[in-house]
Amino acid sequence: MRARARTELLLELADDELILGWRDSEWTGIAPTIEEDVAFSSIAQNEIGHARALYELAAADLGTTADELAFDRRPEEYRCAPLVQLRRLEWARTIARHFLYEAADALRLEALKTSDDAELAGVAAKIDREEAYHRMHAELWIERLRASEDGAGRLREAVEELWRYALGVLDAEQRPEYARRVEAAVGFSLPEAEPVERGRHEPELAELLEEMTMVRRSAPGASW
Amino acid sequence: MTEAEVWEALARVPDPEIPVISLVDLGVIKAVAVEDDHVRVEFTPTFMGCPALEVMRDRMAEAIAALGAVPEIEVIMDDSWGTDRITLEGREKLREAGFAPPAPRAAGTGAQLVQLQRAVHRCPYCGSTDTKLENIFGPTPCRSLRYCTACRQPFEQFKTI
Repeated sequence: MRARARTELLLELADDELILGWRDSEWTGIAPTIEEDVAFSSIAQNEIGHARALYELAAADLGTTADELAFDRRPEEYRCAPLVQLRRLEWARTIARHFLYEAADALRLEALKTSDDAELAGVAAKIDREEAYHRMHAELWIERLRASEDGAGRLREAVEELWRYALGVLDAEQRPEYARRVEAAVGFSLPEAEPVERGRHEPELAELLEEMTMVRRSAPGASW
Repeated sequence: MTEAEVWEALARVPDPEIPVISLVDLGVIKAVAVEDDHVRVEFTPTFMGCPALEVMRDRMAEAIAALGAVPEIEVIMDDSWGTDRITLEGREKLREAGFAPPAPRAAGTGAQLVQLQRAVHRCPYCGSTDTKLENIFGPTPCRSLRYCTACRQPFEQFKTI
């Protein structure tokens, strides 16, 4: 993995999980079936739980709090990959993003679990135990979509659209293995794509942060 | 005060969401150390996004304070908690309350997943093994939803972690 400061890495991971968790929670109440409503709400809760643990580690390093890191930074300070920032309330794209993120996260966690930093390796191992269920959910949906011509077509269109964003979740050296795994699961060749790298901020991110921090900004310093 | 007394007090603290089992049954207490009137507990939480974690921590602290000691609850965020830490008694209490206990944790995540989908899950109501997975996710992070084809009863399955 590319060398970077521990706090920078922690914030990348935490921001990815927080923002994706928020995006997943946008399905609460409006998912196509009640079971998926439960599933995406539960996945959102897990991702935000992971974000909290990661922000707590970063907060200890930086002498601040998890809430301040999650809510009080300016939009341009967030380090999340553009893939998780996108707002795509369309089912094939939701499943494609979910699958692409989980497959990337699996590779990232595999590397972190062997980190020399025992604290980071421990948290990664704990996160990975929960992510196993997210992967299972995403993989079942890939199978389900591939089972019909209509589903397979929609999945392909969504994966091809999102692939350049998905590449941006991982460091360059992990991308060939990532592409190999994704191709094996989806059953077609991925397009050549210019990765949309971390550091870029989609317009949807500022909108999301505006909504996410609204209550906190309305009552600064309040305790709940 | 002895460590045994602390364990006994913690064994009376119910899980906030599944109160039929105690925090000791759930296996979230990794270690207890007593030094004079200071009690240190290593708490290894279940799911990281579980909203009950803070309630668990506070109730453990209250139970220790009620013994006249000063509690210190240290949260351990690694993968030391797994469903294999749920005690035999805890598993029995879950079954009686209508939850299917978790399957044993297998070595390696990949093997565990394949096995999870194929493992036999017995209905806690009628005992039939003719059950199917309705949803990997459920009302709390630690539970999945299953359906018993034999007695037509939906039930909750503790996830294997």
